[in-house]
Amino acid sequence: MRRTGWRGVEVLLISLAVVLSVCGYCAVGLARHGAVPPGAAGYGAGLAVLALLAHLAVRFRAPLADPVLLPIAVLLNGLGLVLIYRLDLETPGDAAAPTQLNWSTLGVALFIVVVVVLDDHRVLQRYAYVSVVGALALLTVPIFFPAVNGARIWVRIAGFSLQPGEFAKVLLAVFFAGYLAANGHALAYAGRRLWRLQFPTGRVLGPVVAIWLLSVGVLVLERDLGTSLLFFGLFVVLLYVATGRTGWVAVGLLLAVAGALAVGRLEPHVHGRVEDWLHPFASIEAGQGPNQLAQSLFAFAAGGLLGTGLGAGHSILIGFAAKSDFILATAGEELGLAGLVAVFGLYALLVERGYRAGLALRDPFGRLLAVGLASILALQVFVIAGGVTGLIPLTGMAMPFLAQGGSSLVTNWIIVALLIRLSDSARRDESEAGAAPGGRTPASQHSPAASPDKDGTAAP
Amino acid sequence: MTRYIRRAALLCALLLVALLVNVVRVQLVRSDDYAGNPANRRTDIARWGQPRGDVLVGGDPVTGSRDTGGMFRYARTYTDGPLYAPVTGFASQVYGTTLLEHAQDGLLAGTDPGLAALPLLHGLTRARSTGGTVVTTIDPDAQRAAYEGLAGRHGAVAALDPVTGRILALVSVPSYDPGELSGTGDASARAWRRLGGDPDRPMLNRAIDQTYPPGSTFKVVTAAAALDTGVVDDLDAETASPDPYTLPGTRTRLTNEVDGCADASVRYAFEWSCNTVFAKLGVRVGVEAMARTAASFGFNDAGLRVPFPVARSTFAVKQDRAQLALSSIGQYDTRATPLQMAMIASAVAGDGTVPVPYLVERTTTAAGTTLSATRPRSLHRAMRQRTAERLRELMTGVVEEGTGTNAAIPGAVVGGKTGTAQHGVGNAGTPYAWFISWARGEDAPAPAVAVAVVVEDAGARGEISGGGDAAPIARAVMEAVLADKAADARRQSP
Repeated sequence: MRRTGWRGVEVLLISLAVVLSVCGYCAVGLARHGAVPPGAAGYGAGLAVLALLAHLAVRFRAPLADPVLLPIAVLLNGLGLVLIYRLDLETPGDAAAPTQLNWSTLGVALFIVVVVVLDDHRVLQRYAYVSVVGALALLTVPIFFPAVNGARIWVRIAGFSLQPGEFAKVLLAVFFAGYLAANGHALAYAGRRLWRLQFPTGRVLGPVVAIWLLSVGVLVLERDLGTSLLFFGLFVVLLYVATGRTGWVAVGLLLAVAGALAVGRLEPHVHGRVEDWLHPFASIEAGQGPNQLAQSLFAFAAGGLLGTGLGAGHSILIGFAAKSDFILATAGEELGLAGLVAVFGLYALLVERGYRAGLALRDPFGRLLAVGLASILALQVFVIAGGVTGLIPLTGMAMPFLAQGGSSLVTNWIIVALLIRLSDSARRDESEAGAAPGGRTPASQHSPAASPDKDGTAAP
Repeated sequence: MTRYIRRAALLCALLLVALLVNVVRVQLVRSDDYAGNPANRRTDIARWGQPRGDVLVGGDPVTGSRDTGGMFRYARTYTDGPLYAPVTGFASQVYGTTLLEHAQDGLLAGTDPGLAALPLLHGLTRARSTGGTVVTTIDPDAQRAAYEGLAGRHGAVAALDPVTGRILALVSVPSYDPGELSGTGDASARAWRRLGGDPDRPMLNRAIDQTYPPGSTFKVVTAAAALDTGVVDDLDAETASPDPYTLPGTRTRLTNEVDGCADASVRYAFEWSCNTVFAKLGVRVGVEAMARTAASFGFNDAGLRVPFPVARSTFAVKQDRAQLALSSIGQYDTRATPLQMAMIASAVAGDGTVPVPYLVERTTTAAGTTLSATRPRSLHRAMRQRTAERLRELMTGVVEEGTGTNAAIPGAVVGGKTGTAQHGVGNAGTPYAWFISWARGEDAPAPAVAVAVVVEDAGARGEISGGGDAAPIARAVMEAVLADKAADARRQSP
């Protein structure tokens, strides 16, 4: 019996995602001009072609992959384009949607490249140290470029703006997964005992502290609290998953709090963000009008349960960051709580499918990589969504797939490509569980009668 | 490792729950709080997001809306803005609303739940209806006659239908164009600064927001009090009035502008405006009865709305006899709005009751369905019917042979009273010229119009007087109303 996963389901879900996006595009046009926008057909066709090409790559190169991942990416990307197009209408002369569509094309192209070229994810483990060097290089580059809106995270070359830190996320996830897969045992059991905590030896601990210092260093030099937080959270999660020691989480949180407090006190840019979070309406009371966060809260509140409808809100009042950091406020205002819960649901599903692939995979590197990539998405969504809704201090971050910004979009497409590859391998593992653990044979030869390994200790 | 992956997943789930709880808090629990924040511009954006309903005068809109394409999209426009400014007020995206634009804002802006076809559903969807229409009582011809009569001066006119209380004219000069304050650009900001800093105070609605000493026109009230209390019975009997009259308890001597006031009859004193006779009459009536009568005409009432609030006209309740003597001829602390004085003329023209003045005939939806219609009401009985009858006699005398002959209209019965009010420190200011009057077609069963005119300055005319400066304006207004009534009558009975 030939097992090809759920490719038919994937096609169906992708079609739904494309149709929903086109509907959103039309809704904006109808609300704003009383007519379907002239570009609706072309836009729909473009998105459909991109989705179809991505699907074909998955169908032929990762036939057992999770069928939900790609449709969610298409839908979120499509929704992001709708929201940006909608905000473009408020800022004539500054159309960001076409650029975002170009970046989407590049993102899908890289998605296809990854799915086609990367035959086996375990190849990546070999490049763990290359990855960390690359990540460090990418992170340091923006220091030599001028700061934009207070954060030194941009590289501008010939009219193009890139955020190298975005790409560094994937490389760091690869490094962490590779390092911890190799040293997990040493980290867990070796070392001194201090009070009730067991510390590993300095040789194993060294890189950990180095990474922590690096994340704080990035934060201080580039004034990028978000990326720093993300790296650190990612590292703590993977350390915990790899070693199972709660103490690590405690130490990690302690270090994070210490670092955040120090930076929050000393760094004026970050300090301002914390002040805004504590007192979002202080600037109104001071007679200076609402700041971005206050405007964002107004936008969410205006949405209420059902939202004002696409095109009928006023989230543009947020100002220059409305299309990037604050894109979620437009979703919140125009789609309401209902729409926001749906968007969060999509992210949750994406993360859950990543974790599921991690659970099903056999090799520690693959498991950690899947968990790491899924956690990047989860942490990123939490940090930025929590920031714009006033749950936590605001940090400059992009809502995955939704926000304007090429680097972020392309990176997220690569993350989804890797998750596709991992989920494909996971199902292969499941299929092979009874026969040859860790081995690899063409998918068509597998029998569907395989029992997944529930406790993950060893294959039966 | 599986267990730890599951726990990490649980952590992600917890983060998601925290996000959802917070979003529920922001979008539902604190939604109204945020929406009500004065710095949240959404309310204003929605409010100006559709054309405003119109204000109608004589069946034609005097307002409109212009699409600016901006954030506060529809700006208000006005036809004959300066002429109708004391009626409409302004509706500015930046500076708010006044007068009818303010009092009827919910209807005009479309937020009034009565405009919705299904009010309950309306509340749920937070949708806006198309703005409704306000039909005013203003007679465009009377309004224009008053405005043109006052041209180049400072002053105000209020005209009423004495039977119903409909406000037929409400004019304040100098005026301004409320359309200048529409829009959000530099032009409106400049206009706002210019109008606010203008010493002529063009945005002051003198007809309802400014009180003046009423001067001799207040003698109508004094006469009513004297007749009602029985202090005077025979209008033609000699009164024991010295000329000059020394104010009780003082050495201040009150004089007259005219001769023949010593021991003059009430009729002569009224027609020629003898201060001494009425000052003494007021003292004889007593402060309590004088204050009671003034109150029944509408003085000391801060609650009058037409529908926008009208400034309180005042008559001091506590005063000594010398002050009462001056109050009785409309000086000392006695102050009245032109609208208040038109109400007094209305009471005399009618049966002695003061009609409640109103400016809004009815309101309708954009489609023309009537939402509300104002029913005429009486405020108070100010005097006995017989007293009103005798006051009409006195007032017609003023126009036929007294100080108000300038107000006479052929083919109509006209009653009037002139006034010249002193004001300023030591009465140093240019006196105000007053004229209050009413008119009825010769064969008509009911009076057609009551009007009050105040002119703050005589300009180059030298000596100011109610009969010379104010009476011709009152006549023009009354003629306009009478002509319209006659035209209506011809239309109705061909």
